[in-house]
Amino acid sequence: MDAHSHHEESFIRKYIWSTDHKTIGLQYGITALVFLFVGFSLMMIMRWQLAYPESSIPLIGSIFGEDGMLLPEIYNSLGAMHGTIMIFLGVVPLAVGAFGNYFVPLQIGAPDMAFPKLNAASYWSYFVGGVIMMSSFFSADGAARSGWTSYPPLADIEVGQTIWLIGMVFLITSSLLGSINIITTIIQLRAPGLTWMRMPFFVWAQFVTSFLLVLAFPPLEAAAVLQLMDRVAGTSFFLPSGLVVSGELLDVSGGGSPLLWQHLFWFLAHPEVYVLILPAMGIVAEVIANNTRKPLWGYNSLVFAAVFLGFMSFIVWAHHMFLTGMGTAMSAFFQITTMIISIPSVIILSALFISLWGASIRFNTPMLFALSFLPMFGIGGLTGLPLGIAASDIFLHDTYYVIGHFHYVVAPGTIFGLFAGIYYWYPKITGRKMSELLGKLHFWPSLIFMNGIFMPMFIQGLAGVSRRLWDGGLEYAHASGVLHWNEFMSISAWLLGLAQLPFIVNVFYSLKRGEKVDKNPWDATTLEWTAPSPPLPHVNFEKIPEVHRVAYEYSVPGRKRDFTPQTEPKKG
Amino acid sequence: MDIPYTVEERPDTGLFNAKLGVWLFLASEVMLFGGLFSAYVFLRFGAPEGAFHEWGKELNIPLATLNTMILISSSVTMVMSWASLKLNQFKKYKLYMGLTLLCALAFLVIKYLEYTAKFSHHIYPSTNTFYAIYFTLTGLHGLHIIGGMIVLFYFWIPGNKMWDSKPEQFTNRIEIAGLYWHFVDLVWIFLFPILYLL
Amino acid sequence: MSSGNDTADIQSHIKVYITVFAALAALTIVTVAASYLDLSTGEAVFLALAIASIKGSLVASYFMHLISERALITWILMLTAGFFFVLMFIPMISFIDQARTG
Repeated sequence: MDAHSHHEESFIRKYIWSTDHKTIGLQYGITALVFLFVGFSLMMIMRWQLAYPESSIPLIGSIFGEDGMLLPEIYNSLGAMHGTIMIFLGVVPLAVGAFGNYFVPLQIGAPDMAFPKLNAASYWSYFVGGVIMMSSFFSADGAARSGWTSYPPLADIEVGQTIWLIGMVFLITSSLLGSINIITTIIQLRAPGLTWMRMPFFVWAQFVTSFLLVLAFPPLEAAAVLQLMDRVAGTSFFLPSGLVVSGELLDVSGGGSPLLWQHLFWFLAHPEVYVLILPAMGIVAEVIANNTRKPLWGYNSLVFAAVFLGFMSFIVWAHHMFLTGMGTAMSAFFQITTMIISIPSVIILSALFISLWGASIRFNTPMLFALSFLPMFGIGGLTGLPLGIAASDIFLHDTYYVIGHFHYVVAPGTIFGLFAGIYYWYPKITGRKMSELLGKLHFWPSLIFMNGIFMPMFIQGLAGVSRRLWDGGLEYAHASGVLHWNEFMSISAWLLGLAQLPFIVNVFYSLKRGEKVDKNPWDATTLEWTAPSPPLPHVNFEKIPEVHRVAYEYSVPGRKRDFTPQTEPKKG
Repeated sequence: MDIPYTVEERPDTGLFNAKLGVWLFLASEVMLFGGLFSAYVFLRFGAPEGAFHEWGKELNIPLATLNTMILISSSVTMVMSWASLKLNQFKKYKLYMGLTLLCALAFLVIKYLEYTAKFSHHIYPSTNTFYAIYFTLTGLHGLHIIGGMIVLFYFWIPGNKMWDSKPEQFTNRIEIAGLYWHFVDLVWIFLFPILYLL
Repeated sequence: MSSGNDTADIQSHIKVYITVFAALAALTIVTVAASYLDLSTGEAVFLALAIASIKGSLVASYFMHLISERALITWILMLTAGFFFVLMFIPMISFIDQARTG
């Protein structure tokens, strides 16, 4: 087994190849935050182009083309890589790799994950995948430029895609190893007394998320192998017969189908969006329970809804493909399943809203982010409905409406949930609280500017402005009435970037100057707050916790304190 | 504090950690090969009527049948090697594990002969969609065999010292490796008729 | 460790393994022979998959000990099998129900 805490580990074993889930969680977290910054930066460049399509990119323009003018193909690369980096290198590693790894073992009272070495391997696989992805920017042909969705035939023949596919293989491997670890850990390593229905909702959310990753990612891995074969071995998995490129018939066997890619891709990519949202819902639930000083309303409904959501997520994928020529029977099927899947989302959101009723709310920074998650995710979810209904999707597919919809769910949705988690759990990780002043300076402008960027997208989408246009719709008559929003959105984006500075300062400043805390600064009930801050290396707890209660015993009538930790034995 | 249930089973689930882990891994592999099988069906539907059957006639059924028998045998020797450990017969374990590796090697040699025969007749993955999926499916399966062989070889020789210090944990590892190996056999049980006989 | 800790148990398991091996070998011959029958494509596919499923079940149940395995594992596999069939369903979608004009 691993080195026990009483002898010194080498620098390498302690910080580089660590098998301690907390160190690995931090490795994931730091790497993911760096990638989020990179992905954000790509977007800021894109937004300059969209705001001022006929001017050159300031300062760094010479990288992007002659006279600093952003070439269309470079814009496409920025777009494809922005999506890829944000989803696969940023949000999921932060939500699952960082938060999942760090807090699942703590919340279930375990000393570590079930497979510590596998855990380290999954982080390094992610790291290598990330390096490979980023290296594509410096390759001769440049980075992928066929959208993160990589549709053939374009992705089969366009430059930059091969490195993208190889990077994805490493990232998918990382994800599979990590999710197998999380599922096994939750099933096998729960502390004595921690029954399934005593688990914090955050753990349930991670459990369902990991099942989605284990079962949905492999078909994309298969598809990636097929696309690699098309690019490298001359196969025609996705290339139809008679394809003409640049005036010439493509010299391949043909007989393949671009639809095959779309089916295999969306089979993963739809569950993937639930991977993006569930951990954040889990975090928001924890923060709300703690800062309302009340149990979560409808815990059983929340659990049922999360499990049902996970199951349904496998049978809705073709709502991304309504415009591919599917017949009415299949369109109807996927429309129905898509409508059904909105129900568990609404149950979760409602339970969290109702949890606020009669609450004694503490408006600290984590709670501000958690509270704002609710209406922001609400907007994201509601705007998904016209997309899930085939008839309206005919007009909205591939427009800015879609971009507005999914960004609302991921950006002021998931990312705000993740910020809530960082502010909430920073004291556990470091032993110090983050500054509330800097926290509020981060929160309020972020909320305002998120809406400034993404709300106008619905207006543009409804007017018919297509997505992935390098000039933001300049050449289309139908876009002329709504183009002025581009500058507004871009300025909001740059100001959103500025609004992150207080956060970055806060993270570093609080490490040294934050208010020192003991085990349970938030007066919380769940198991992680019974460990020291930070928890002990490799073992976490001074002794294995014994669980006697459900997860959220706040403000139980007749008790002296307004919270009762899960470990407190029942009297009599 | 060691990680609990690494060797002994957790009472309510009846499992030790690695067994659950490997079954989850195999579930993901079912979905991986499932993606490829799905591609096979898709491409077959998309090809001209009877084309896949015609193109498949070039394949060598007797060799593949032999390969099927070899892989099934390796599955038996694999489970026998685990049973030998349960019966405390370390020498028999080494014999059966060695036989498993031999069968695996034979399988790969025959696959190599098949592939080179195809290439010498100018049949490549790029030739048509049948051969595209044929080479990809059997190729990925072959990579899984190679991966399995590396692990089995480790347990056959360099890693078998664990038998002296922690026999129970070692036996568990062989059981886990066996589960993976049987899965690889299982995939071939479907691959063989689908690619060679239909 | 799964079921069967003592020697007699393992010995009886070994008998089962040999029997299963014989069955698998026999079924392999059967499936090759069946491919020479004059059947329609649909019938041939059904027969081949049926025989393969029997062989696969034998390997899973006896070599992989699924028949005596804990319920949790079986549930996970059934869930996986469900989604596997959904994946197989994809080609049907694309080819059978297509948008048609007129």
